[in-house]
Amino acid sequence: MGSLIAQILSVTLMNLGSLRRRLWMSLAMVLASAVVVAILLAFLAMAKGFEETMRGAGSSQIAILMREGSSSELSSAILQDQVNLLSESAGIARSANGPLISPELYVIVDGIKKSTGTEANIPLRGLNKTGMAMRTSMRLVRGRMFTPGTNEMIVGEGVLREFSGFEIGKEVRFGKNLWTVVGVFSTGGNIFESELWADIKIIQSHYNRGSSYQSIRLQLDNDGGLGSIKETIAREPRLNLEAQSEREYFASQGKQLQYIATFGWVISAVMALGALAGALNTMYTSVADRAKEIATLRALGFSNFSAFCGTIAEAMVLAVAGGLLGSLAAYLFFDGLNTSTLGGSFTQVVFRFEMSPDLFLQGAILALAIGFISGFFPAWRAARMPVIVAFRHAA
Amino acid sequence: MSEDVLFQLKHVSKGFVKGKEKISIFDDLNMSIERGDFVAIMGPSGSGKTTLLNMLGGVDQPTGGEIWFDGTRIDSLSESALTRWRAENIGFIFQFYNLMPMLNAQRNVELPLLLTKLSKAQRRKNVETALALVGLSDRAKHMSSEMSGGQQQRVAIARAIVSDPKLILCDEPTGDLDRGTADEILEMLQLLNRDHGKTIVMVTHDPAAAKYAKRTLHLDKGQFVQREIVA
Repeated sequence: MGSLIAQILSVTLMNLGSLRRRLWMSLAMVLASAVVVAILLAFLAMAKGFEETMRGAGSSQIAILMREGSSSELSSAILQDQVNLLSESAGIARSANGPLISPELYVIVDGIKKSTGTEANIPLRGLNKTGMAMRTSMRLVRGRMFTPGTNEMIVGEGVLREFSGFEIGKEVRFGKNLWTVVGVFSTGGNIFESELWADIKIIQSHYNRGSSYQSIRLQLDNDGGLGSIKETIAREPRLNLEAQSEREYFASQGKQLQYIATFGWVISAVMALGALAGALNTMYTSVADRAKEIATLRALGFSNFSAFCGTIAEAMVLAVAGGLLGSLAAYLFFDGLNTSTLGGSFTQVVFRFEMSPDLFLQGAILALAIGFISGFFPAWRAARMPVIVAFRHAA
Repeated sequence: MSEDVLFQLKHVSKGFVKGKEKISIFDDLNMSIERGDFVAIMGPSGSGKTTLLNMLGGVDQPTGGEIWFDGTRIDSLSESALTRWRAENIGFIFQFYNLMPMLNAQRNVELPLLLTKLSKAQRRKNVETALALVGLSDRAKHMSSEMSGGQQQRVAIARAIVSDPKLILCDEPTGDLDRGTADEILEMLQLLNRDHGKTIVMVTHDPAAAKYAKRTLHLDKGQFVQREIVA
């Protein structure tokens, strides 16, 4: 066993030592592996960033209610009397001013993306004071809070990064109405930073919504919580609403864009096939180049298994080197990159590409797979080639 | 088989098929090599010299007959058993040295010892002894590209003897060397045979090289045509 390990180690080191003779082909294999891994990681980082943005927004202590059958706030509608009915329900946390309930309005306005100069949808959310208070992660980073009853609004940091014209003091026209940006807020990088916030009464008025809303947020108490809310809805036929925790809601919204990760794997798999073709060529060339050495070692008594392992190891070292290079490139170019995409409510969700150890692990697995598959068949040839034939090839 | 006989070929035949034609290299070839012998095998190109050497070294198999080595029939061994047998019994010296270009002389010589259970210290000691025997102690750390052809062949000889094999097989060992260097190499082989009792089989087309052997076998059209004892 010790001898076999010594053989494998020795053959592997010799193979790696001979890489200089095949420098350009080896570099091509490293590069191909790097590109495939970098592209996979870019897609995964995008999906991860989006998922984190959505997940970060959700609290299990807050329930979100929408009209039955609505998959997003945009397609929901809730009337004032339903809000009133719900206010009496058990399960809602209460303060000195009453139940912590926030009926909210959610309309779409246009913004100009800095990256493309094109128009894209931005959500304008109408909130009351309770709604503000329930968003505990929100903090004003610049400027001040909008004054209720005025055309003032505050903008999320994501909107400020991705869209032009939302700097503090700027006036923005949505339809017939002119709004003034008075503050910039952060919510720790989650989806709320992709929104504009203003006084709900003003939005209801400007958009002719009367006393209707699109969603209700409730701070849950520690007794019945969400269960009590659901019981209330079940008992009261006028409450044709669906309740779920905010965390569940955003998690399901985040899953809608999981196709990014799937798409990334599909693209990477197709590219990996191309990379494999090149890598196989590199490794077959390597075996041909080392035919004399392989034959000599076999003649000296080295096992064919050591020739097999040495070739596989060479392929895996090259592919993993590519994987590391691709991971580094992905990290340098994509980690923290800001972008936006269409979310579940046809509005732009601003998020950051997010690299994480589990993504690097997936990249490493892909690189190892490329290395193993591209090395296996040439290694099989190296191991099975009769010594006499190998000498003839080397002559 | 006499105890002095190390190698014996009995009615060995070797052929191959090319298209629809069967080509015979040997037919009913018989030979014996005794321990301590130094045999030169000569013959024109295509006479089967190298094929014979490859069969003796277990890297090629006969299509008929038997090959016996030290009481073991080797032509029926499996590939892996034959590999182990080579590691334990055979030292190879090639025309173009076949050193590993990425290893220095010391590491090249050490290669056969990696197949043994010797400790690292013991391997180093054996390598030093082998290199000293071929007069290259001072070149142990040199790469093959930094050495002359004669020096490279001496490293190859050190590699062939370092594991103390029973038989050394040389395929045109001086074919790539000038006369003076070739004579040095041949004298070294002669010394290994005479003073260290190594059994050597050498394929050569050079009559001057064959003179260093104890006897020469002439191969032509798959048969030994003449046996000559060299003094």
